[in-house]
Amino acid sequence: MAPNMSPRKVPIPEQKPEERVKNFNEVALGYTPEQAKEEATRCLQCKHRPCVAGCPVNVLIPEFIKKVSEGDFDEAYRVLTTENSLPAICGRVCPQETQCEALCVRGKKGEPVGIGRLERFVADYAMEKRSGEVPAIEKNGIRVAIAGGGPAGLTCAGELARLGYDVTIFEALHALGGVLMYGIPEFRLPKKLVEKEIAGALKLGVKIEKNVIIGKSITIDELFGDGFKAVFVGCGAGLPSFMKIEGENLNGVYSANEFLTRVNLMKAYDFPRSPTPVRMGKRVAVIGGGNVAMDAARTAKRLGADEVYIVYRRSEKELPARLEEIHHAKEEGIVFRLLTNPVKIVGKDGWVTGMECVEMELGEPDESGRRRPVVKKESNFVFPVETVIVAIGGTPNPLIRQTTPGLEVQKWGGIVVDEATMKTSKENVYAGGDIVTGAATVILAMGAGKKAAKAIHEALQNKIPA
Amino acid sequence: MYEILSKKKLNNNVEEMVIRAPYVARRCEPGQFVILRVDDEGERIPLTIAEYDAAQGTVSIIYQVVGFSTRKLSEKKAGESIADFVGPLGRPTQLHAHKRVIGIGGGVGAAPLYPQLRKLNDMGVAVDLILGARNKDLIILEDKFRAFCKNIYITTDDGSYGTKGLVTDKLKELVEAGNRYDEVIAIGPVIMMKFVSLLTRKYNLKTSVSLNPVMIDGTGMCGGCRVTVGGETKFACVDGPDFDGHLVDYDELMRRQGMYKTEEAHACKIGLKG
Repeated sequence: MAPNMSPRKVPIPEQKPEERVKNFNEVALGYTPEQAKEEATRCLQCKHRPCVAGCPVNVLIPEFIKKVSEGDFDEAYRVLTTENSLPAICGRVCPQETQCEALCVRGKKGEPVGIGRLERFVADYAMEKRSGEVPAIEKNGIRVAIAGGGPAGLTCAGELARLGYDVTIFEALHALGGVLMYGIPEFRLPKKLVEKEIAGALKLGVKIEKNVIIGKSITIDELFGDGFKAVFVGCGAGLPSFMKIEGENLNGVYSANEFLTRVNLMKAYDFPRSPTPVRMGKRVAVIGGGNVAMDAARTAKRLGADEVYIVYRRSEKELPARLEEIHHAKEEGIVFRLLTNPVKIVGKDGWVTGMECVEMELGEPDESGRRRPVVKKESNFVFPVETVIVAIGGTPNPLIRQTTPGLEVQKWGGIVVDEATMKTSKENVYAGGDIVTGAATVILAMGAGKKAAKAIHEALQNKIPA
Repeated sequence: MYEILSKKKLNNNVEEMVIRAPYVARRCEPGQFVILRVDDEGERIPLTIAEYDAAQGTVSIIYQVVGFSTRKLSEKKAGESIADFVGPLGRPTQLHAHKRVIGIGGGVGAAPLYPQLRKLNDMGVAVDLILGARNKDLIILEDKFRAFCKNIYITTDDGSYGTKGLVTDKLKELVEAGNRYDEVIAIGPVIMMKFVSLLTRKYNLKTSVSLNPVMIDGTGMCGGCRVTVGGETKFACVDGPDFDGHLVDYDELMRRQGMYKTEEAHACKIGLKG
């Protein structure tokens, strides 16, 4: 069959902006089988598969897309999940434009193949009709502990369970998923779907201990004492960073983590039916330009804010968020105040009333390769807001490093690992995800979890009883 | 699920529950706290730990029924379970082998004070105590403290028990009468800790306070409990909950605790109110 040479992706149906800002339902509605087949035929089935090299977990992209084009969605799902245990999630939150799709040959003239959209379609299709059957795996009885039930830990757990290990995930919160549950909002990643996909990925008998904080409830050394042979640490970079500017402790200033956790995990959007409140003014400024900033801004809009601003010190080109999120945010009426940096949060009677900012301009490139923002002289101005949400990333939680002797960490708190194996300086301890890299993406964390699982297996397989 | 092994009323408004929670009990130390959710729809609330028994795997919590979630908790009976119970959170109190220490417990603040003073006594420190509350009914744990405290002074706002007056009046009287203490450990309403700290600063008397403000996760994830201590922003959940009483910005803390005041029916904070 000749490939479909349309230069553009088959559009994905979406809720209209004016409707969706009033609800928390998912924005993108997903392809129909016909649309998916049509998009799949845009794939040229390149022999050299450049897209696969762009994927941190090496999904067999042309292979699964071929099955979609043939209408064999079950087989497409099987191919897809040989390398990725959380495809419904990745299809929605991966930055495809800088990974697989960035390397797609079709992208040279027109738009790349909609790999993310197809991944999502296949996963959703399979989830609708997935059977509860569990593949028979021969258990080897070797116990491995996973600290943190986010994307890195879940992937590592799933891979090891598949290899027959007796895996236990220790999770600090009352729900698995980490940032997938507390961070990414419902309208971008429905929580029912996350729960379902996680359950599917763990159906190989992974044990789950919720409400256990490694470093507090039990230490890594105690885990070894309890008979675990290896530990994977995937606790994320959950300690929110603040700007360290005046007024940051005023009432009405949130970290994005607090704001989003209240709304997503604790369902504050449903207050008072949900007991956790979230307090928000009519004018909201979100500091930062990443996905979390977009999520916070769009959440504030849905909670009823009249004016929502993204305040970012560089220009649009440097915004680290996914293109789709920026596009959606703009459609929903979020105002971007670019080349703007807050210097002070002003308040009255203890509550935020405004934010003082300076204008920036771009100077010479800095160590990140991006042009360094420089303050324009005497450009200070104040704009009125009642709520400020700080979304400038985070650093690793100190609990593990404080309680694990022999674990080498970077100055900023990240765990030092050998990048090929994710092995730490402490024997039989591996780490991956944001706790190693600092705030990054779901898929990079999953890639690290997968790499660690492979290395753990290599280290422990000679212990498997014959 | 975490089983409620026993439950009793300490007064009209304050209750004690013993919960089976082996992970918490195993590593618990004085000064630490837990976060619990009563049921799957519940909010996460921080509560201080009054007692723990590693061998039995049990933890006892004492709480005042002040808002939506503590009311829900109060409806639970022995034999029933609560959905989530996580800890021990926060840093254990740094207890020093002093000669003599005085504890000050305001209202339910007596509960987290109890394990700290008991441990000090075990370490051979002479321990005195001032228990304060609005009235007689609100004085809790007196008998337990009597078991080891050298001197116990009770103050009530209305004079219905002990001396009429505030804990600070009693502390002032004791210090000015020539009593020497190496440290004051004050736990109670923020306003009480503020005034105790103001007083002890005058005497240059080392003072430790315990903060327990709004917390969502208790693991440093949200930053909702930030507080200025010595000019630096700290997170009460991971850097505390104990801080040098002379360095805490109490006015900011009280303001931050009032953040959800209008939603008080659903009080998401369990302040240590007297």
